[in-house]
Amino acid sequence: MSDTRVSLEETAMQRDRAVTIFEKGAPGRRAFVAPALDVPEQPLDELIPSHLRRRAPARLPEVSEPELVRHYVRISRRNFDLDSGFYPLGSCTMKHNPRLHERVAGLPGHARLHPLQDPARAQGALQLMWNLERALSEIAGLPHVSLQPSAGSHGELAGVLLTRAYHADRGDQRRTVLTPDTAHGTNPATVTMGGYEVVKVGTNAAGGVDIEDLRAKADRDVACLMLTNPNTLGLFDPNIEEIARIVHDVGATVYYDGANLNAVMGISRPGDMGFDIVHFNLHKSFTQPHGGGGPGAGPIAVSDRIEPYLPHPVIVRHGGDFSNGSTREFDLDYERPKSIGRLRGFQGNYGCFVRAYAYICSLGASGLRDASETAVLNANYLLARLRQLGVCELLPPAYDRICMHEFALTGGPMKRELGIRTLDLAKRLLDYGYHPPTVYFPLLVEEALLVEPTETETKETLDGFAEAIAEILREAREDPEVARGAPYSTPVRRLDEATAAKQPVLRQAL
Amino acid sequence: MAEASYPQDLLYHPEHDWARIDGDVATFGITWHAQDALGEVVFFDPPAVGAQLTQHEPYTEVESVKAVSDVIAPLSGEVIEVNESLAGAPEAINDDPYGAGWIVKVRLSDTGQTDALLAPDAYVALLA
Repeated sequence: MSDTRVSLEETAMQRDRAVTIFEKGAPGRRAFVAPALDVPEQPLDELIPSHLRRRAPARLPEVSEPELVRHYVRISRRNFDLDSGFYPLGSCTMKHNPRLHERVAGLPGHARLHPLQDPARAQGALQLMWNLERALSEIAGLPHVSLQPSAGSHGELAGVLLTRAYHADRGDQRRTVLTPDTAHGTNPATVTMGGYEVVKVGTNAAGGVDIEDLRAKADRDVACLMLTNPNTLGLFDPNIEEIARIVHDVGATVYYDGANLNAVMGISRPGDMGFDIVHFNLHKSFTQPHGGGGPGAGPIAVSDRIEPYLPHPVIVRHGGDFSNGSTREFDLDYERPKSIGRLRGFQGNYGCFVRAYAYICSLGASGLRDASETAVLNANYLLARLRQLGVCELLPPAYDRICMHEFALTGGPMKRELGIRTLDLAKRLLDYGYHPPTVYFPLLVEEALLVEPTETETKETLDGFAEAIAEILREAREDPEVARGAPYSTPVRRLDEATAAKQPVLRQAL
Repeated sequence: MAEASYPQDLLYHPEHDWARIDGDVATFGITWHAQDALGEVVFFDPPAVGAQLTQHEPYTEVESVKAVSDVIAPLSGEVIEVNESLAGAPEAINDDPYGAGWIVKVRLSDTGQTDALLAPDAYVALLA
């Protein structure tokens, strides 16, 4: 093979063993030297009591500034990120993060605000959060919002705790939570953490909830149904109103996992579909660096009947009435007797709120709808392009319908005809400069490949990606060993995931 | 075990489990297809001796690099022995699913339940 992408020679980066900063430097070396003291020296004992001080100095890296800078730049170059290439990771919405948001989030009034600042002197921040809550409320079609949960899974936990509080307040003991077998793994995990038992609901031939199975399982023991719509197959469930009705009829709540909100912003609203609780992934749909690249935010929107239980404090606005002597328009309300309590220190990841608010203000209502429509169009275009290139003969769609913002392919025929698995295809894509799609999820799809291109990618990028997959399949037909041995050009070759899981090395000996 | 195989002396459950029956005692495990779909098994949490298993219900979980999956009991009964060696070497489930990768031995509560299980040919037809 003349293709340099299958060269078995080690690349420079593969030879360069990644080490921690602790393995660099030399004793006494410093990146920064403090200036000479120009105030009277105080004995240390007067500043910090001796019993609170370290007995020996902390073992910190001792490196020069160039060593420090080069170390982290080198590590960053071993990483694959959205700023270096296409990242169609299904159910993760890896869309471009507009640089404007970074500029706004970096303004000193946002970035330097102390989390313990008195609300009276943080009115601007509270106003931004209040405005963001109103905007999210409108997008969800539900009247009340809490920004506290700081990840999608955290929003789910909030939702299950709210459901528990709602039933407990009515003196209603319930035992189970329903989730479809297409659900994200966080759903059953959250249910278990919330003290409920998971009952799985089947999927019908069209890729939606099996209504008869749901009807059979929806009884007075059910506290909640957790559902993603469009679901993890990238399919919108047309029976959603009936599903919500069946669940409401047994007195349970309906929870909307907002992981796939990027398909429906400004088009359909969970509140209108009958959901009681929704979580947003601000880091997905509303653009933030994420996936190891930055903190998340998983706000929730809820209906009137759930509102009394929201986490405290809640942001309140005194409607221009300052007759009580208060000078605060916005405030934090802790007097919430039925609240499930605090879920987060301070107010959550404020930088995420600023970026999400900047995104919503930049696009406006019609722009958000455009974003979702383009996300759906891009996914359908990419699927059509793959079909045109003959890829779908070996990787057919798991459910052959118009998809939403993502689609699931099954690598079953590819495995049987070419002898390569979805994992091999994914690893080989790295050599072509693409982050692979999600693999082996959803679990009910054999050799699954879940592709979410997002709205921010160009036609050229989508074409290039489709052609790379076609090329990998052609190559595998000639010699399946190429894909089985991939990747070749990455900082490390194929990793031994089984040993990593069985014998993890979690500490670096110093 | 690289090649698919479905021994003739076993009965199969459609959820990809096998049973080897010896009088009123049966050995359970997962099929070649199941371990192939799971990928390398990295963790196995054995049930306790004495646990009561119910046919068609999960009785343990196996974790692979891809997912955590329920293991379904092909027949009902009481666990009388657990394959202790799997705790340290769960990869036996991949390497030898019908031999060293067996999971539990069970004293059956109703040998008539075998009517619900599949012969090798029928199970292989299900996989096609």
